[in-house]
Amino acid sequence: MNKFRLTLYVTGHTPRSEKGIRNLQRICAEELQGKYEMTVIDVLEQPQLAEDQKILATPTLVKELPPPLRRVIGDLSDTEKVLLGLDIAAVGESNEGRGK
Amino acid sequence: MSGSAITAVEKLETGIPGFEHVSVGGLPKGRTCLLSGTAGSSKTVFAVQFLVEGIRRGEGGVFVTFEESPENIMSNMLSFGWNLEQFVGDGKLAFVDASPQPEQELVEAGSYDLGALLARIEYAVGKVQGQRVSVDSLGAVFSQFSDVATVRGELYRMAVALKKMAVTALLTAERTEEYGPLARFGVEEFVADNVIILRNVLDDEKRRRTLEILKFRGTDHAKGEFPFTVIPGEGVVIIPLSETKLEQKSSTLRVTSGNHTLDEMCGGGFFRDSIILVSGATGCGKTLLVTAFVSGAQQQDDRCLLFAFEESREQLFRNASGWGMDFETMEQEGRLKVVCVYPEVMGLEDHLIRMKKEIRAFKPTRVAVDSLSALERVSTGKSFREFVIGITSFIKHQEIVGLFSSTTPTLLGGASITEEHISTITDSILLLRYVEMFGEMRRGITVLKMRGSMHDKGIREYAIDGQGMHIGAQFHGIAGILSGQPMQISQPEIERMGSLFREELGE
Repeated sequence: MNKFRLTLYVTGHTPRSEKGIRNLQRICAEELQGKYEMTVIDVLEQPQLAEDQKILATPTLVKELPPPLRRVIGDLSDTEKVLLGLDIAAVGESNEGRGK
Repeated sequence: MSGSAITAVEKLETGIPGFEHVSVGGLPKGRTCLLSGTAGSSKTVFAVQFLVEGIRRGEGGVFVTFEESPENIMSNMLSFGWNLEQFVGDGKLAFVDASPQPEQELVEAGSYDLGALLARIEYAVGKVQGQRVSVDSLGAVFSQFSDVATVRGELYRMAVALKKMAVTALLTAERTEEYGPLARFGVEEFVADNVIILRNVLDDEKRRRTLEILKFRGTDHAKGEFPFTVIPGEGVVIIPLSETKLEQKSSTLRVTSGNHTLDEMCGGGFFRDSIILVSGATGCGKTLLVTAFVSGAQQQDDRCLLFAFEESREQLFRNASGWGMDFETMEQEGRLKVVCVYPEVMGLEDHLIRMKKEIRAFKPTRVAVDSLSALERVSTGKSFREFVIGITSFIKHQEIVGLFSSTTPTLLGGASITEEHISTITDSILLLRYVEMFGEMRRGITVLKMRGSMHDKGIREYAIDGQGMHIGAQFHGIAGILSGQPMQISQPEIERMGSLFREELGE
């Protein structure tokens, strides 16, 4: 299986940012078993990256690899939706729970 | 209260034509203003123009788009002559692209904020040293996220952040009705200090765009709706009705009407800075009077600009030569310019702007419009009234003489709507009327009004031949010409009436 390349965009060291990072670490540890590469970007420090990626909301998790490119926003407290958004679990192409 | 005499709010000149007048100096500086309007009310054009004018004044601009992609906006705005791509390249303009990315699916898992958006705006403002920010449009943010409460809170945070950055910001919002709630999603609640409304009302099958400043907290602005138009190569142009205050100097200088007898009736000619209305039924010689007025420029070494809305240039020139006036030579000598346009080709607002432009460029000493009533048919009553006020006040402000012709709907007597609008603004009114007498149609002319001058009060007969108009003697023994029901009065009756008044005067 290919490695997952995940980037998490957060705004500063807020409780929401911390929560997002913790949740991502937990999910990665539980579901991806070491097959991942994780980067955290603070948009206050690197706004140009947020501009390039057209990030609006924080936290935003971007799955760059493997394709397709996927985005999940929020503090990632809903594990099921994160997995669905990242296309990890065998949930398939169900549209339930996706953002409008 | 905003009515306080002490106002500390500074204004930022936007550079949008006419807006400074309506807003009494511009947008409140360093504040955010809500720009609300229905679909197609030119919100985006206004928001972009606000930035473009700033860039022309050396102020950096940031455009935050929630709706269209920057590429789309850049290509759309080229038709106004705004090369946004170049501004971006020069570091004067920055886009914050927050438009929906359809190729990316978005899943919401837990709570979020729009911190990245705020960081990007702040970053862009710093990058171009932005002093103006346009956000287009607030409502579109709501369609990108499912949590309405969060988005509202975050937009409020954005408004606060913009204020902190001390930029002057324009936030657009869409509304569903022209005269209904201010904006969708209740966004007006957090940008409530300053509100501008753009309207695009369909009235009698004609579109009418207006701009209204609903409120400017702590500072003054003009009240009510002001018409505007969107012109290729220019953008939004607002037409302030009262741009020219009634403060024109009045001149005692007279110019000829082109007809010697008519000059005498007016006490020596028209005043140099007056507006004259010529009213008459079809075929009674209005165009002849206009033609004579145009050729009057020949005698006094001045320049005439003729706006013809009914006849083509060839027709006008042929008519003129038929009456012994040589328009061609005048044109060659640069003392005449004829502008022929069909009234239907554009809206009245566009006509007004075009006419002003022509007058500014040619710098005539006299302007003739034949006819005003032709323009009436392409507009609503309200637009027409505004047009008449706009053009007459502009002409007066230039201190030149303007002659307008107007066709009455009925052959005998009668008034037209045109006159209703214009008669109080004009300085002089000439009436041309058909007079039915003894089984034939004769024509009468009278000077109904001549501000600031003595004039002939009689109704005089005139005839038209190859030499033009010949004004003869007063109609005697006829009453009721203007009402359209001429009646012959016998001589003894006139004497009896005359003596009646003498008795009253105590003679």
